[in-house]
Amino acid sequence: MIVCERKPLPAILENLAGRRRAVVAGCSECVTVCHAGGEKEVALLRDLLLLARPDLEVDTIVLTRQCDGEFLEALDALAGEADCLISMACGVGAQFLAERYPCTWVFPAVDTRFGGGARRPGVWEERCGFCGDCVLHLTGGICPIIRCSKSLLNGPCGGSQQGKCEIDEAIECAWQKIHDRLEALGRLDLLDVVLPAKDWSRARDGGPRKLVREDVAL
Amino acid sequence: MSAGRSRLECLLEQGHFAVTGEVGPPQGAGAEGIRHHTALLKGVTDGQNLTDNQTAIVRLSSIAAAVHVLAAGGEPIIQMTCRDRNRIAMQSDLLGAYSLGARNLLCLTGDHQSFGNHATARNVFDLDSVQLVKMARELADPGIFQNGDPIAAEHRPRFFVGAAENPFAEPFAFRVRRLAKKVAAGARFIQTQAIFDLPRFARWMEMVRDAGLDRNTYILGGICPAKSFGALRHMSTVPGMVVPEALLARMKGVERKKQAEEGVKIAVEAVQELRRIPGVAGVHIMAIMWEEMVPRIVEEAGLLPRPL
Ligand code: SF4
Ligand code: SF4
Repeated sequence: MIVCERKPLPAILENLAGRRRAVVAGCSECVTVCHAGGEKEVALLRDLLLLARPDLEVDTIVLTRQCDGEFLEALDALAGEADCLISMACGVGAQFLAERYPCTWVFPAVDTRFGGGARRPGVWEERCGFCGDCVLHLTGGICPIIRCSKSLLNGPCGGSQQGKCEIDEAIECAWQKIHDRLEALGRLDLLDVVLPAKDWSRARDGGPRKLVREDVAL
Repeated sequence: MSAGRSRLECLLEQGHFAVTGEVGPPQGAGAEGIRHHTALLKGVTDGQNLTDNQTAIVRLSSIAAAVHVLAAGGEPIIQMTCRDRNRIAMQSDLLGAYSLGARNLLCLTGDHQSFGNHATARNVFDLDSVQLVKMARELADPGIFQNGDPIAAEHRPRFFVGAAENPFAEPFAFRVRRLAKKVAAGARFIQTQAIFDLPRFARWMEMVRDAGLDRNTYILGGICPAKSFGALRHMSTVPGMVVPEALLARMKGVERKKQAEEGVKIAVEAVQELRRIPGVAGVHIMAIMWEEMVPRIVEEAGLLPRPL
């Protein structure tokens, strides 16, 4: 999922200077699961805003999916009344709102952190950097692009020590994990291959990405 | 300006036990320090490494520093990390460096920027060090850019390309496999991380020999003289460095005033020990901020005069 984290309240309030009527718009997908912008968080943010700004009018809504045009209509009526929209979805959702309402200010209330998952309640970890050309089949199912601090394809670097990454003892060295897993699977031979320079054009380096699939197009 | 081959490469090919040193470019635009350190090192070492924004601290560029080293009569070894440049900038810089007379290149991954003085910078890591070795070799032979485009035969940069290896990092068993990968990618020489744990290094060399790698690349063992107990203890905390307890205790047991002297002794012993290990082709002495001690270490280790 896309893991998000709510911005500090002062940062949200700063964006509301001079505004009179806002809609806090959540989403029932990723941000609900990671407790950043679902029903509970939307209601909480409304209460916090009203405490800090009693003059403000605040409506709330939780959209089925903010990153999907077909679910935005539900917001039209409220958006028409407001002078700003506060999105509690990821950066994709916030942009979909901005596109739909060209004359209304849209603010993000969360920081979109990473593509990851919950290790246990309250702990999320990054797993994918959306490189567009997955190499997990070569690395034992452990992503070297995002889990190695240097995105090494022929790691580990010289800083790997006791299974930890050189940049922080709290971070596991991805290449130690790759090594151990391939060893357990009897496939250390995969590590003898010099992996060539990556084609980054399928990652963000190639410019904004777009995917068109005729087979599912209407 | 040296038009021909790398002097270091020739010496190693002739079977000399090589000695390389290190010059840290300054955090400013002055070249006096580089000239001064070159003067100190050139008669006692066969090549001088120019670090590339070491520990991610902004410094005068390693390639510009190499030009000062050349002008002062030295034999520069340019260090290049993958942290700050993509393949376009790296190739461009390699063409430039060669045109300026640099002949030796050490390919490194690079310390993460979080260690340095610009922790909020974006890093690049378009290539890793293994891929950089390969790219640098391919510029000369078959004479192509990374994308496959040819380079005119008379204008190919023919660097003596090396890489670093850390026998003390983990996974230990994998370090030799990774070295093999670097050699397969084209690394002609290897400079190792500073060696304090000689038995562990000897074990690693045994694995290196078993894999036949010492016959395909020149291995220069890293020596890092410590000025004091504090300096040695600090080194023991650097990621990827291993300093045995016994060595720390030995240094600690020496009166503070005499610790520098002990540091030289430890370094000299290590050089001598390394010379006895089959497959070791030379030493790389990293005495940053203590360059003036290098001539003594080389002399006391019995490595003078250097071949011409
Ligand atoms: S290799 Fe690329 S696509 Fe696969 S998990 Fe890593 S970043 Fe994601
Ligand atoms: S220590 Fe491991 S995870 Fe960290 S940068 Fe080096 S190889 Fe990558």
